[in-house]
Amino acid sequence: MACIEARGLRKAFGTTIALDGINMRVEEGRILGLIGPNGAGKTTALDAILGLTPYQGQLRTLGRDPWNERDQLMRDVCFIADVAVLPRWARVSQLLDYVGGVHPRFNRAKAEGFLAKTTINRTSKVRELSKGMVTQLHLALVMAIDARLLVLDEPTLGLDILYRKQFYDSLLNDYFDHNRTIVVATHQVEEIEHVLTDVMFIDRGRIVFECSMDDLESRYAEVKVRPEQVAAARALRPMYEHQAIGGSILLFDGVDRQQLAALGEVRTPGIADLFVAVIGSQPGRAQGAAR
Amino acid sequence: MNTQSNAIPDTPVEAQGFAPAVIPESRLLHWLVQRELWENRSIYIAPLAVAGLILFGYLSNAIHTWFGLGIMSARQLTEREMLAQPYDFAALLIMGTTFIVGVFYCLDALHGERRDRSILFWKSLPVSDLMTVLSKASIPLVVLPLLTFAITVVTQWIMLLMSSAVFLAKGQSVTTLWSQLSLSDSWLGLLYHLVTVHALWYAPIFCWLLLVSAWARRAAILWAAIPVLAIALVEKIAFNTSYFGAMLANRMGGGAEAVVAPGGVPMDPTMTHLTPVHFLSSAGLWIGLLIAAAFLAGAVRLRRYQGPI
Repeated sequence: MACIEARGLRKAFGTTIALDGINMRVEEGRILGLIGPNGAGKTTALDAILGLTPYQGQLRTLGRDPWNERDQLMRDVCFIADVAVLPRWARVSQLLDYVGGVHPRFNRAKAEGFLAKTTINRTSKVRELSKGMVTQLHLALVMAIDARLLVLDEPTLGLDILYRKQFYDSLLNDYFDHNRTIVVATHQVEEIEHVLTDVMFIDRGRIVFECSMDDLESRYAEVKVRPEQVAAARALRPMYEHQAIGGSILLFDGVDRQQLAALGEVRTPGIADLFVAVIGSQPGRAQGAAR
Repeated sequence: MNTQSNAIPDTPVEAQGFAPAVIPESRLLHWLVQRELWENRSIYIAPLAVAGLILFGYLSNAIHTWFGLGIMSARQLTEREMLAQPYDFAALLIMGTTFIVGVFYCLDALHGERRDRSILFWKSLPVSDLMTVLSKASIPLVVLPLLTFAITVVTQWIMLLMSSAVFLAKGQSVTTLWSQLSLSDSWLGLLYHLVTVHALWYAPIFCWLLLVSAWARRAAILWAAIPVLAIALVEKIAFNTSYFGAMLANRMGGGAEAVVAPGGVPMDPTMTHLTPVHFLSSAGLWIGLLIAAAFLAGAVRLRRYQGPI
């Protein structure tokens, strides 16, 4: 069963089209990165998947209609919207009590275990915690829920690098297994790159690129070409080209690596490189504007 | 809004080996109400503080009386009136406090969670909008009246003990005091008043405030008042009548003629004024409850659509 399946998903706010007929299918056990510039429709897509906003088109999350079955859906789905949504008046112990009280799949001992690894005090109020600690707390609550789908929308926004790294490390080491699915929307691409199994670029309400990380390695290659070989390299029809110190960097889709090796140093492009190549070459968008 | 069809057939996950996990609604409601009390501690702190002040005032007064400086004897009142007056006054003060607490609670209940974005956290848990709104409505309609009753009873008890101590110390018998006050009767009257007026008769007021708090993006208190004033004003200008205003005044005034028999005084210990049949058969009660239900349904629907502001 697909964990998320959408066909022709549309959503407009007045005359602004936030989602312009999205088709997507996320299989169980994947970690999908949903990447796009600000205002691309990432949050709207996630809101629709989570039943937080009405939409047009077909959408099933874990086989349910999210808009009409949000409360049942939330037994199997967790989400962290961003770092600032835990109620500031609540004490840590109150949040543990409350989630334990209303969530049938919450394992309090597990949450306490995660919290024990942090410096968060049980009697502290959320407003007394630092931003990073609030995220740790939210993550501890979420990881203690035996959910099948975890949705994260810019979960590490505004955190320092230590907390960001720690966040994804604990997610991967303490939480993820192949029965779970994780969808992460972000524009901080570099730090989730090694975590993902799939990547999807969204721009102006449309999915403009999707690929598994395995395919990405075999299909795409980035070559640093010396100036004298640029013409030869261009003949192989790169999808993107930009200048760097000591030569040009060209990005190829589906060109044999042996052939490319003759032109210069070949490596697998990062998601950020691909993102710039794909989004930057979208019609109507100036190159580089998507950074 | 949603042109969803069942074109993607799939069974919900419960069918796939996960134990059906459902929290009973009573337990859910318990935690939801507990949550409200954690967030809004004024619900019990405000009436307790007022009760404390009353007791402090009463104690000072009792000490004055002890030294023969009491002001009460200076006024010409019947013995019962003189004895019961501070008790009625205490009940009235506590009741007024919890009413005000209820008004401000309702105005913030569905607004605050959107303002501080915590609605996204609450909505990430398997709790329906209906249960959430019902739990919030239960604060002014159930929790506050019961709390008012409990705090008033305890306060009046302590007052009675204080005055008994004064009486005994002065060598007077407490029998007159106890028989004249007949506190248990006035407690029954108080409970009747709280259930009929504060919970049932005022229900549309509280539910209107909840609806506004689910809808308004800011200044919920203004949005709660403006439409009401506007309707009254338009009626006055267009028809030169004031039925809406009169209806509103009747609602705010506690619908005295519906709750108690004509001429009855609230909390009169003779109990002749308690007319539940008369109250339950009044059209105003049922129309009010219907309107309250409609307001609540609107609040549930709004909460479903609303996100953080």
